[in-house]
Amino acid sequence: MTLILTPNIQNPDGFYQELTNAQRDLNEEAANDMNARLVLILANHIGDRAILTEALALAAP
Amino acid sequence: MFSTYDAPVYPYIPSPEQTLGQPARHKVLVIGAGPVGLTAALDLAARGVSVVVMDDNNTVSVGSRAVCYAKRSLEVWDRLGVADRMVAKGIEWNLGKVFFGDRQVYQFDLLPEGGHKIPAFINLQQYYLEDYIVQAAADNPLIDIRWKHKLVGLRQEPDHAVLTIETPDGTFETTADWVIACDGANSATRRMVGADFKGQAFQDRFLIADIVMKADFPTERWFWFDPPFHRNQSALLHKQCDNVWRLDFQLGWDADPEVEKRPENIIPRVKAMLPGVEFELEWASVYQFACRRIDELRHGRVIFAGDSAHQVSPFGARGANTGVQDIDNLAWKLAAVVKGEADEALIDSYHEERAFAADDNILNSTRSTDFISPKNAASKRFRNAVLDMAEKASFARPLVNSGRLSTPTPYVHSSLNTPDAGIWKGKMVPGAPCSDAPITVEGVPGWFMHQIGNGFTLLDFGTQAQPVSVGDTTAKVLRVGEQFDDTERLLANRYDAQPGTVYLIRPDQYVAARWRSFNAGEVTAALARALAKG
Repeated sequence: MTLILTPNIQNPDGFYQELTNAQRDLNEEAANDMNARLVLILANHIGDRAILTEALALAAP
Repeated sequence: MFSTYDAPVYPYIPSPEQTLGQPARHKVLVIGAGPVGLTAALDLAARGVSVVVMDDNNTVSVGSRAVCYAKRSLEVWDRLGVADRMVAKGIEWNLGKVFFGDRQVYQFDLLPEGGHKIPAFINLQQYYLEDYIVQAAADNPLIDIRWKHKLVGLRQEPDHAVLTIETPDGTFETTADWVIACDGANSATRRMVGADFKGQAFQDRFLIADIVMKADFPTERWFWFDPPFHRNQSALLHKQCDNVWRLDFQLGWDADPEVEKRPENIIPRVKAMLPGVEFELEWASVYQFACRRIDELRHGRVIFAGDSAHQVSPFGARGANTGVQDIDNLAWKLAAVVKGEADEALIDSYHEERAFAADDNILNSTRSTDFISPKNAASKRFRNAVLDMAEKASFARPLVNSGRLSTPTPYVHSSLNTPDAGIWKGKMVPGAPCSDAPITVEGVPGWFMHQIGNGFTLLDFGTQAQPVSVGDTTAKVLRVGEQFDDTERLLANRYDAQPGTVYLIRPDQYVAARWRSFNAGEVTAALARALAKG
């Protein structure tokens, strides 16, 4: 497996709305805390260390 | 200040070599009589090598210091005949609890596998441990411990070292074929040989305190992240013997060690941690730490072991435990070289195997430190997210790191190993420490580890193995069903044995090689390889 970089989310507008709605009423601190939890939850779901390494490299500034 | 323990004061005895002004030539001279140096003396003496130990002090460790002793260290001390007393006096524990704020988010059970003589861990104040080893060494004619002997100078010749020693009677010179430097993290020996000692220093300070209290806390390790009684820092509570408890408070980098060490500042911290509990403060110290390793574990005729060779954070109890395992690795090799049974290449394998282990320990201890003491706001956010979720979501629990407790590092890449042929299951790979198992000797229950002698052993699950020799070294046959019985079949299970299976076990109880059937040529070649003659 390699990191999927082609569109893979069904109903992208719906997902984006759900993501931002989830943080609409949060201040920056609370949103950052939530993002940290989200990263860990999704990373565990992926599990594959090579894919996680690839994703980290892609996300790095 | 100590109400539970009277430290012995060992006598300073002037040595004949100093009194007569005639430098002796010692086979092995150990600098430092802490747990590592004292273990070196016992191990070398057990292998028939006379050893002199010099220490600049005349008593045992002040304060409980190392505290947590791991299974492998205790197995080494059991091989040397001193573990029973330590285990009897020490506190066995298996359960660790982790708190975040005011909630318990996680607990772990060391869940030791049954069928081993030695427990997973004991807690024992370091002074008891040193006291017991000194008493054992006193009865050994091959061990000469010299108190109030301070190393002040060292120079090296091709085949020996010349050491200048300071005692209450002045200074004198002595010589030794080999020097083992066990003089701790601030090793003077290391400075004298000009070795590099590089790594990462951590900008944090910790207060450790021993208190005496009669409380009903269970015998567990309690670790707090950001507790209400000590906001934004970590804290630890751990039981030792004689109702002494070890407390550990993270203080941050800005704390003033001298101020924090004062009882009037410690006592309120303890009261906040343990409200309503009566206690007495026995000992306290403020420390900071680094994770670093010496460049080479051997510098000519000087060999480094323990904290003089590598320093780790205290999380995971990897300091003293690693040092004892250094000696476990070194003593048989040095004894073989001193007796002329092996070349110096065998001593160089000490660096190969133990630098590998030191790097593994440093990696683990650095990771624990980074979790406990996050380096920036982003790390702290992830750390808190892990702790926050650990209570409800099991996936987060393996990420909680309040110290990964010391286990022996297998020497999986060692040049002394003979790689496996064929398919094997289980943990007993070449380079792994032997696993214990209950056995019976003529119907009497015993332990497998006690059956392995001090030399090379051929563990034979069949009937064909014969002793093999390389030079003056012979691997003796230990036959299952003959010298002892594997009554519960646990040994065969742990060693993935089939009829005919043969293991070559090193003098330090590590696996060197294994086969499905005995072949004298292959076993001889593996023995030569394990002696660095391959």
